[in-house]
Amino acid sequence: MSEENAGGVAKKFLYVNRKAPYGTIYALESLEVVLIGAAFEQDVSLAFLGDGVYQLVKGQNTKGLEVKNFSPTFGALEDYDVTKLYVEEEALQARGLSAADLVVPVEVVNARRMAEIMEDQDVILSF
Amino acid sequence: MAKTMLHTVNKSPFDNGTLQTCLKFARQSSTVLLIEDGVYAAARDTTVSKQVQEAMKSTPICALKADVEARGMQDRVMDGVRLVDYEGFVDLVAQHKAVQSWV
Amino acid sequence: MKFSILVNEGPYTHEASDTAYQFVKAALAKGHEIYRIFFYHDGVNNGTRLTVPPQDDRNIVKRWSELAAQHKLDLVVCIAAAQRRGLMDKSEAKRNGKDADNIAPGFRISGLGQLIEAGIQADRLVVFGG
Repeated sequence: MSEENAGGVAKKFLYVNRKAPYGTIYALESLEVVLIGAAFEQDVSLAFLGDGVYQLVKGQNTKGLEVKNFSPTFGALEDYDVTKLYVEEEALQARGLSAADLVVPVEVVNARRMAEIMEDQDVILSF
Repeated sequence: MAKTMLHTVNKSPFDNGTLQTCLKFARQSSTVLLIEDGVYAAARDTTVSKQVQEAMKSTPICALKADVEARGMQDRVMDGVRLVDYEGFVDLVAQHKAVQSWV
Repeated sequence: MKFSILVNEGPYTHEASDTAYQFVKAALAKGHEIYRIFFYHDGVNNGTRLTVPPQDDRNIVKRWSELAAQHKLDLVVCIAAAQRRGLMDKSEAKRNGKDADNIAPGFRISGLGQLIEAGIQADRLVVFGG
């Protein structure tokens, strides 16, 4: 049991990602919360809906933008025991993507299953 | 014991798909609260009124009164949409198990 | 009930800060406790004391400071987001070799852990964003 949560049951934290990377900072700063939050040993899930699925696309090359490519960080989440990444099936399909196009293993879920996951949460962080 | 989710939507439904997305994921018996620009979804005779009325059959929809009035929408709110003040907003949060803000 | 609040947008540009403020006031009026108000993304700009809004409009920064003083609220600005956007307290300014600080009264700068803790310790966490 960690100091940060002494005496308590782990809460279910869901991070909801709906925005594409680079056009705005929400994707990057949301990931920063996930990394810091990992130390608190809560029950963490990440949901990628709508344009949020673009955060996970392989082959991001940001050299021309001169901004940091943070997509490799998703690969490091496993080391932080953050393994529940849910991606909205319809969002992938609408964007001509499949799980094979993504930079990390994810669980692709339909809207009904995603709604169940969301309903189950204690704390929902949207950015 | 509070079991369902409170969803808040703060975007207008016309230029932005957030309301549609929220309604897609809001489970029956959860509540949707329209705030800020989201209150435009409460207006009658719009291209989304039918969808909102349909949603109301299974999902209570509320709107924040101060935001409705600020936008001059107070005489256009559809029947069935419950207007709440900020204290009502607080009550809604307390009555549901968690809040999902669709920002 | 204990509430924690997350404010993701800065003053004036988005309504988030206004809605959060009115919500907090209402919650306090109903006898609830506000565990923490955490400011992230551009929300950190709610904590600069250098704003001079028009006289006939609400002073967003000042009223956060006043509400915090009146009710002993914990207003926390995320250090990483603050550094990106140029919000400093005295010790941060010194530490980073900056020639000024600009944080408003009642706000303190701290890490993202404070947000997670706010979610753990409160009964409800409410996000106000853009």
